[in-house]
Formats: sequence, C-alpha cells, structure tokens
Amino acid sequence: MLDRTPSEPLLSVDSLTVSFRTEHGLITAVDKVSFAIRPGELVSLVGESGSGKSLTSLAVMGLITDPNAILTGSIRYKGRELVGLSRHKLQAVRGNEIAMIFQDPMSAMTPVYTIGWQIAEQLRAHRKLTKKQARTRAIELLAEMGMPSPEVQVDRYPHQLSGGMRQRAMIAMALSCDPSLLIADEPTTALDVTVQAQILRLIEQLQRNHGSAVILVTHDMGVVAEVADRVMVMYAGRIVEEGPKEPVFMHPGHPYTEGLLRSIPPMHGVRPHRLIAIPGAPPSPANRPPGCRFSPRCAYRYEPCGIDPPLFRKEQQDIACYRAEALLEPVGVQRP
Amino acid sequence: MGFILLRRLGEMLFVMAGISVLVFLIFFVTPGADPAARIAGRNASPEVLAAVRHDFGFDQPIWVQYLLLMKRLFITGDLTSFVNRGQKVIPSILEALPITFSLLLGAAVLWVVVSILIGVTAAMMRGTWVDKTLMVLGLIGVSMPVFWVGEVANLITQSRYHDTWLFSWVPALGYVPLTQDPWGWFKALVVPWITLAILYIGLYGRVLRASLVEAYQEDFIRTARAKGLSERRILIRHALRTSLVTFVSLFGLDFGALVGGGTLLVEYVFGLQGVGFLTFNAFGNLDLPMIMAAVMYASVFVVGANAVVDILYATLDPRVRTSRA
Ligand SMILES: Nc1ncnc2c1ncn2[C@@H]1O[C@H](COP(=O)(O)OP(=O)(O)OP(=O)(O)O)[C@@H](O)[C@H]1O
Ligand SMILES: [Mg+2]
Repeated sequence: MLDRTPSEPLLSVDSLTVSFRTEHGLITAVDKVSFAIRPGELVSLVGESGSGKSLTSLAVMGLITDPNAILTGSIRYKGRELVGLSRHKLQAVRGNEIAMIFQDPMSAMTPVYTIGWQIAEQLRAHRKLTKKQARTRAIELLAEMGMPSPEVQVDRYPHQLSGGMRQRAMIAMALSCDPSLLIADEPTTALDVTVQAQILRLIEQLQRNHGSAVILVTHDMGVVAEVADRVMVMYAGRIVEEGPKEPVFMHPGHPYTEGLLRSIPPMHGVRPHRLIAIPGAPPSPANRPPGCRFSPRCAYRYEPCGIDPPLFRKEQQDIACYRAEALLEPVGVQRP
Repeated sequence: MGFILLRRLGEMLFVMAGISVLVFLIFFVTPGADPAARIAGRNASPEVLAAVRHDFGFDQPIWVQYLLLMKRLFITGDLTSFVNRGQKVIPSILEALPITFSLLLGAAVLWVVVSILIGVTAAMMRGTWVDKTLMVLGLIGVSMPVFWVGEVANLITQSRYHDTWLFSWVPALGYVPLTQDPWGWFKALVVPWITLAILYIGLYGRVLRASLVEAYQEDFIRTARAKGLSERRILIRHALRTSLVTFVSLFGLDFGALVGGGTLLVEYVFGLQGVGFLTFNAFGNLDLPMIMAAVMYASVFVVGANAVVDILYATLDPRVRTSRA
C-alpha cells in the first residue's frame, strides 16, 4: 500500500462529534469525524448545506459557543490536544497558529473600525509590535492581497469596500500572524462569480507563498476541482469519502461523490441545459435514516445498506460504501 | 461638518420659533388668562382695567404683542413676570439652572455607571439567576413612579428613620450651593440623585443588556474570537463599542429632556427650586413671560440635545458618517 503520510500531520481530528441538546432531544450534527491535515496542503471539505462542514471547522477553532453544544473526540494540532484546552491557551492558538475566514466578509468585520485597525488588532494580540509597526505591516499585507493603493484602503471602513476587497482584507487579517493552518469557510460563496475566481487564485497563491495548510470549505465541486490537493466529502455529519483530488474525481467511490461530480458545470464547452442533481434532500440531523444515511437517495442501494457502512480503503481513497467493500478490507473504526 | 452644524442651527431656530408661537397662541386662547385682569386685581373697575391694558400693550394687535415679548426676552432681556411684579424672568432662570444641573449631572453619572455595570453583568451571565434578578429589578425600577419613590425616600430619610445612624446625615430638604459648601451640596443631593437615577438605571440596564446580547450573536464577534482576542477585549472593544450607539443616543435625548424641565417631579418632591420647579409655578400662575422663557430655554436643550446626538451618532458609527458626506 502507498505511504500516504510522508510527514507528521499538522492537524489530526479523531472521532469528532458535535451534538446539541434541543427540545426534540439530542441531535448529532457532526458524527465521529476523523481526518488529518498535513503541513502545506490544500484540503477541500465539500458537502451539501447542513452536512456539518461549518461546525467541523468551528470545532477546530474552539468556536462552538452554544451552551447546549456537546463536543467529544480529539483535535490535535502539532501533537497538542485542543479539546478542553483552557481559554487562555486557546487564544494563543487562534489567529496565530490557526486562522479562519468566513463566508460573509461584511458581517464578519466589526463595522465601527477601519480594516487597518482590525488587522493591527490581530497583529498586536500575538506579536510585540507598536501601533505604527502594526499599521505598516497591515499595509504590506493588503498590498500582498492585491489591493490597489493599500495605504489609502487601510483607513477604510468595511462598508466602504466592495465584497471582493472586504474578503481580501479578511484574508490579510487571517494571514497576518503567519498561521500554519487557514480554515476558509465558503470564502467565495457571497461574492460575484468573477471575484470568486480571483479570491480562489489568491488563496492558492498565498498557500504556496506562506506554506500554510488550508482547509477550504465549500459546497461547490467546481471550486474543489480548481484548487484542492485533497478532498473530503461530507454527508449528514459524516465524512463519506476522502482522498487525493485526481482519483476521487476520476473514480468517485461513493455514490454521493458521484452525484456531486455530476452537478459540476463543465469548465469549457457548452453548458448543458440542466445539471443533473442528486434527487431528494439531505436528512436533517434530527431524523436520519438507519444504516447508510445516503441510502434513501441512492440509486445503487441494496440490502447491506441497512447497516451503517464503515470506511473502506480503495487505493488512496477512503469510502464509506459497501460497493467499495468488494475491493478491499475496512480501515476505519467500525461504527456502532 | 461646518455645513451640517449650520443647518442644524437653522433647524433649531426654526423649531424654537414654532414652539414660541404655539405657546403664545395657546396662552391667549386659554380662558381666564387675561393678564390685565390679573395685574389690575380682583375688584378693578373697567377704567382701571383699560388703563392697565394700555400700559402693558395688551390692546395692541396680537402679533405686535408677540414681537414685543420676543424682543424683551431675547434682545433687551428685561422681560418681567406678569404675576410677581418686578421679577426679571431671565435672571430667575439663570438662578435655577445650577440646581437643575447639579441634580441632573449627579444622577446621570450614577445611572450611566450603574446601568453599564448591570447591562454588562446581565449579558455576560445570560440565562442565569443573576441575569434574571437584575432584569426584574430593572423592570421594577422602570415601573416605579418617580414622584412616589421620592416621597417614600423622604418618608424614610426625613422622618421615619431620620434619627437612626443610617440616615441622620441627610440634611433637610432644599439646595445647598456647591460653591458655598461642597460636602453639604453632596449630602443634600444624594437622595434626589438616586431617586432620579432609578428609572434610568432600570431602563438603560435593560436596553444595554438587550443590545449586548444582540451584538454577541453577530458574526464579527466570532471573528474577534477567531483572531485570538481576549474575552475582555471582545466585550469592550467589539460588543460594547457597537452597542454604544443605541446607548448614547438614548442618553442624549433623555438628558436634553431632563435639563429642559423633566426633573420637575424630583425637584418638587425634594424642594429644589430648579428650572422644572420654576416652570411648574409659572404654569400654575399662568405667568406668560415666565412660561415663555422656560419653554424657550427647554426647547434649546431638547433641540440642542438632538443635534448633539446626531453628531455623536456620526462619530460612533462610520456608516452614518459616510452616508452624510
Ligand atoms: N447551535 C445549533 N443548535 C442546533 N443545531 C445546530 C446548531 N448549529 C448548527 N446546527 C445544525 O447542524 C447542522 C450542520 O450545520 P453546519 O452549519 O455545520 O452545516 P454546513 O455544512 O456548514 O452547511 P452550509 O453549507 O449551509 O453552511 C445543521 O443541520 C444545523 O441545523
Ligand atoms: Mg456552513
């Protein structure tokens, strides 16, 4: 078998489970998710709305603040356990070692401060810099993000910038302390199509220059095709397929991945009249079907699907589907 | 900015002119308000009445009377009361001013500080018994009539428990000028301050808690956490700072209304002869010059406070600033 872990993982998440106490009992939004991120790689986390992508990212940042949330499992960053870390120690990691950018840069920035002030604030939270040095660094960062006349933009308020420029400012802020891991939760969803491509290029380029690993959360397989090294497909709170981009795109192992791939509009040539979408809708965390969660929407469904499939390894891919079982032995933990 | 200020000033003058005309007209249509009859006394003959009318210019057309009144109020400044002969109106107001201001400033400091403490504590401990208790207390504070609170405070500190160690320091009702006896000034005002502040502490505490809770739902708070800022910094620099807009505008308007005479009830209960008290007496006596002066004075503060709030608003919220420019 191929050695898929040439270097120590930067981040390893093990059996991460996020549940919420609600009036309708306990609902499990993220269910025993495990994955690893190696230094410098760009991993894409894809899935339909509600699959638990944001919660997984927020959990890594320790940002699940809902008092009704219950988080179990392990999140190790550079070998250090983040789950249960004191608030003070977590603050030194956030923004410094692991940074995050969000979908809507308008609401994600404090409206009453200039973007320069907000970038400087993060710098000064983690580095010993004077106000002036922090400002100079903020201008440099904005320039690096491809902002025209950064020394003017630095004194602008978020509402005075276009969506794309705001997202650049957010990225500048996130990268200000040279994090080893950047989590981008749908960073282009709120932007125009043309701007989307620019921001993706930028993230890709920065990832190369800074050597940061990136978790790019998206529901758009087209985005994955553009930039990712590796793909993790999430469905109803679980990772159902994981592997390097090429094999996953060439030979998707899970019917859900297959469905997602069919829904990408072609990059070149004529756009088909209608994209083939997966029939049905994902189940809500409150009422998931027994056995394989995708089975009600699956065209290949057969008897074994009544029992929850474990992850099977097929060459470089891990697939939670019995169709893959025919090929190789299970690798994942058997789920109860 | 200069233009905005100028426009504001124009608006203010316009509003004040409108108010003065209104007050003037209401006065003249009020039955039993004929100033000549009051000045001439109860059993005056028609001849005496006519003479008084002529002397005071009450036989002139109403707009001439209005202009005369305005001239004496704003230009010559020698307007005198119709009721207390020889009492100059403007000096009376100037005399009453420090009393109202003393009462208000102390109460304002108290209510701002305490309501911020309450609002922040309740928001931080949201859902706990501390939060619930504070909010219920706030509601009680809001719903207690100021007049009643004042009377009860007087009953306790002036009579019932005045002879106990707890309240023996409370001086008799009335005002002590700050310049004469600062400690006496303080002692005389503590109870009125608390009385006036209670309502606003309840109100502002509840408002601040609500806007803090709302601010904490905002995405930018999540960003602030993601940046690795301390909870304290997130509270002060992000949540509180963005909640301040509501708080400050509310404060400006309330403060303006209170300087303008809203302190009347507290002044009355505690025997403080401030502007509210003066206005109250003027209305009781149907003393037009005094009413006019008090109303004009009040409108300056109310309209002025509005202008200050607008300017503060623009300073606190850059989104407002740019939409104006
Ligand atoms: N505080 C909460 N309380 C209860 N349920 C929650 C809470 N936060 C999230 N959920 C549920 O968890 C599930 C996963 O949410 P999450 O935001 O991670 O989805 P997502 O994959 O990011 O979707 P999207 O593409 O819409 O952003 C959703 O069904 C959501 O309803
Ligand atoms: Mg999401």
